[in-house]
Amino acid sequence: MNQPVIEVRGLVKRFGDFVSVDDVSFDVRPGEVFGLLGSNGAGKTTTIRMLCGLLRPSAGVGHILGIDIAREPERLKRSIGYMTQRFSLYDDLTIGQNLRFFGGVYGLRGAAFDARRSWAIDIAGLRGKEGLMTGSLPGGWKQRLALACALLHEPKVVFLDEPTGGVDPLSRRKFWQLIDSLAASGVALIVTTHYLDEAERCDRIALMHAGRIVAMGSVPELKEVFSGRAMLEVSCPRVLDAQALLERRPGIHEVSAFGTTLHVVVDDADHGRATIASTLAGAGFDPLEIERIVPSLEDVFIHCIEAEDERRDAS
Amino acid sequence: MRLRQTWAVAKKEMRQARRDPLSLALLFALPAFMLILYGYAINFDVRHVRLAVQDRDMSDASRSLVSSFVNSTYFDLVASPEPGSDLESVMQMRVAKVVLVIPEGYAADIGANRGAKVQLLLDGADANTATTVLGYASALVAQTNAELMHGTRAAATAARVAIDYQPRVFYNPDLRSTRFLVPGLIGFILMLTAVLSTALSVVREKERGTMEQLRVTSLRPSELIIGKTLPYLGISLIATVIILVAARVLFDVSVAGSYFDLFVATLIYLVGALGWGLLVSSLSNTQAMAFQVGLVTSLLPTIFFSGFIFPIRSMPVFIQGLSHIFPARYFLVVLRGVVLKGAGLAPYWKDILFLVIYAAIVLGIATARLTRREV
Ligand SMILES: Nc1ncnc2c1ncn2[C@@H]1O[C@H](COP(=O)(O)OP(=O)(O)OP(=O)(O)O)[C@@H](O)[C@H]1O
Ligand SMILES: [Mg+2]
Repeated sequence: MNQPVIEVRGLVKRFGDFVSVDDVSFDVRPGEVFGLLGSNGAGKTTTIRMLCGLLRPSAGVGHILGIDIAREPERLKRSIGYMTQRFSLYDDLTIGQNLRFFGGVYGLRGAAFDARRSWAIDIAGLRGKEGLMTGSLPGGWKQRLALACALLHEPKVVFLDEPTGGVDPLSRRKFWQLIDSLAASGVALIVTTHYLDEAERCDRIALMHAGRIVAMGSVPELKEVFSGRAMLEVSCPRVLDAQALLERRPGIHEVSAFGTTLHVVVDDADHGRATIASTLAGAGFDPLEIERIVPSLEDVFIHCIEAEDERRDAS
Repeated sequence: MRLRQTWAVAKKEMRQARRDPLSLALLFALPAFMLILYGYAINFDVRHVRLAVQDRDMSDASRSLVSSFVNSTYFDLVASPEPGSDLESVMQMRVAKVVLVIPEGYAADIGANRGAKVQLLLDGADANTATTVLGYASALVAQTNAELMHGTRAAATAARVAIDYQPRVFYNPDLRSTRFLVPGLIGFILMLTAVLSTALSVVREKERGTMEQLRVTSLRPSELIIGKTLPYLGISLIATVIILVAARVLFDVSVAGSYFDLFVATLIYLVGALGWGLLVSSLSNTQAMAFQVGLVTSLLPTIFFSGFIFPIRSMPVFIQGLSHIFPARYFLVVLRGVVLKGAGLAPYWKDILFLVIYAAIVLGIATARLTRREV
């Protein structure tokens, strides 16, 4: 039962000379929520489009529910659900008409359609509002309805590309409850996002940067990159100057600017605190505050990207 | 192709078309509007053309030729320049559009059976009017000719001359151009509805991002394409009916041939036009672009290269050659045959064959382009 339903090995996508997705490999199991996290242009959408059979991979293989993504894209499409990054329903149709259209596209009719339609309306919380124009719905409701439409054919593997973009926090919460309940019913989901708090809700995450997966695992696993070290948050004026000063000190591994503070990775908390205080106080950085913090996913992200960039520059 | 899926797409498309009543009304009202515009306002019939006559012969015969011009009501005699005066200035000053010059010895030549010469100077700035005027003048001269010859020569010779001008008179006895306009308008309106509505409806889905969503559903390309074009085929056919009814009510122009032939020819032409609309949609990413590309590549050629308004004969050779690649040219030939002459399709098999080939090629390329997988 716990065989992976998505298996990806060495997936590559080139557009001319530009490598958009570079040697991506991962597995996703039934009931798992797999997050793809990365900045703009990291290659998340391109990866998903290959997995949905819309783009032919330049190299590598992928199997979804045992179907080869490069060889049988048409069969693949019948078995998966995909909510595109920009997906909106037809604004100029009513809610009921949108559902009927997508039901028709998936060949649903009769009692089977009625059941799915009823399910979709409940999920979106739109009972009694079927006659409303879809364009008049607030973003969060539209998003849930869009998801329901993409899931009318009960796919076992679902791709959601930035499903909560431009939606208010309360609606995002509701949307994630929906994702969790789908996962609980055994559906495997791949979700891309920019929001770190959403990423924390995934069972496992792959951090993508410039086409590569730079780190992968559950949130606690990812935070292991800092194990055996401590993270200190430094508040002081002129943080960029302070960063330049600290970067060369012994016992200090990484210094990253976060707005008006610095996150500093050190071998030992007390020792590091002393080093930072002496370096900055001597140079007139006042007032100065140093505090030990638990690394966040963002810290992990920045750490991994900087490590990756260094590795690239070196080679 | 599965019917249920195709029907789902077609139904959705019709619902969306209904939500946009303005465009829909435009599609239906435009044909009648254009018919009125072209039929009444821009009248291609030319009457009361200002005529100047320089009669150097001053004989009974020359006066009789002049009066046949004036009595036709196509020409008004506005000036009689003296022999030797500057005829070019008469036209430059726009005193007259046409100058008829009857040389000395006209009556004598006719009397001696030598074949008389008359000269016609024509203001060619408005090519369309000029062509028409030339046609009238030739017909009038031929008529006079025939009357003269009838008195002097064998009837057989006279018949030969008369036959030269018969085709015009036969198919369009009153020289009414509204009759000619109806087939042209059908060709034009069908291009408008078919190409533009199809192209815009596909590109709208691209723009809104719903196309990507449709591509990942199990919808097959054929289901999507047929489902999307079917409603516009229906709308275009309704538009055709509206033009025919309007032509009948407003201008008393009715279909001389069989409605079935008309339907078959129109259907073939429409499939090609819808295919062209799909092709345009595969080349454009925005509705604005689709609109412009559709306009330039289909509407303008239909107006200019089909013989709808401007006779193909009077165009430069290069343009004449160009007109061969646009389907409207062939469709209009068939339509004129069916609507005006009451002919069947058989004499036009070459034109129909072209329309079929055109539809097959365009539809093939469009389907390939729209359904190809990105690489
Ligand atoms: N069809 C294409 N042709 C050329 N380049 C492309 C194509 N599709 C994507 N790219 C490029 O590939 C890179 C990755 O794009 P992709 O859309 O996968 O990023 P993403 O991680 O989804 O970003 P975002 O968070 O902005 O959605 C980008 O630099 C993009 O310009
Ligand atoms: Mg993306």
